[in-house]
Amino acid sequence: MRIYVNGDQREVEPGTLAVTLDALGYGGRKIATAVNGRFVAATARSAMPVNEGDKIEVVAPMQGG
Amino acid sequence: MAFYGVDLKSRLLLGTARYPSPKILADAIQSSGAEVVTVSLRRESGPERSGQSFWALVRSMGVRVLPNTAGCHSVKEAVTTAHMARELFDTPWIKLEVIRDDDTLQPDVFGLVEAARILTEEGFEVFPYTTEDLSVADRLVEAGSRVLMPWGAPIGSARGLNNVYGLKALRAHFPDIPLVVDAGLGVPSHAAAAMELGYDAVLLNTAVAEAGDPVAMAKAFALAIEAGHMAFKAQPMEPRDMAVPSTPTIGRAALGD
Repeated sequence: MRIYVNGDQREVEPGTLAVTLDALGYGGRKIATAVNGRFVAATARSAMPVNEGDKIEVVAPMQGG
Repeated sequence: MAFYGVDLKSRLLLGTARYPSPKILADAIQSSGAEVVTVSLRRESGPERSGQSFWALVRSMGVRVLPNTAGCHSVKEAVTTAHMARELFDTPWIKLEVIRDDDTLQPDVFGLVEAARILTEEGFEVFPYTTEDLSVADRLVEAGSRVLMPWGAPIGSARGLNNVYGLKALRAHFPDIPLVVDAGLGVPSHAAAAMELGYDAVLLNTAVAEAGDPVAMAKAFALAIEAGHMAFKAQPMEPRDMAVPSTPTIGRAALGD
């Protein structure tokens, strides 16, 4: 199915957010996530289904002022 | 000085962006003596893992982090970003930015107050990046903010303190709230001037990062902040319109005709 990850279109197998992030290579990284503009805590990712057309944001620590 | 019950010795908070290299960033943090550095969140895509290496560097410095919501233009964006930051950096501290105008990066003070209220209710300890407006500051304190961070001038502008009168009024009105001048400073004398007004601390980024020698400039700012704070505590004399001889006139030899 088609989803959007950080604005890029991606084809993934149906599954939870945790499984999807692993499949996309984010496993083990220090990241935070939001789906369709709503924060999804790390502890909630394995219970969060990813649906066709979902917009997933994956952020990491970055330099800032 | 304490922010939300956390005692700090250094009155310089340092941003981590725009340095020529990670090594220079690390050396500048060390040279500044800063115990708090600001960090941000950005999309992490692809295999390069730039966020991961940045985080490893910050961790290795042993400093406390103050994550920001830079770039957020709405309450919803800022609140969601704050939640992601709290999980990622494991801190209730959030430097709250809700920006309205892209040319000046002036805060949307209405959105700022609303986001501050929501985040405080959700257990955050909010450091609002605001203007020097007294009424807005009052609303932020009402909303639960226990630190205020008025701008000196627009972010990255190096203009110094644009409204000394407004900053003084804010200090006088909030004697017990830690006040931090955040943004717009260019040279150490700007920081010293803020501290001489009785401000508790200064937050800097571009003035250090874009100096020819960021490591030396970080130290220069640290010294100026310490000097300004010491001067404030030493109670500067009041300015006068006319000269007053510093050398006593009594007992001067009569040498004229």
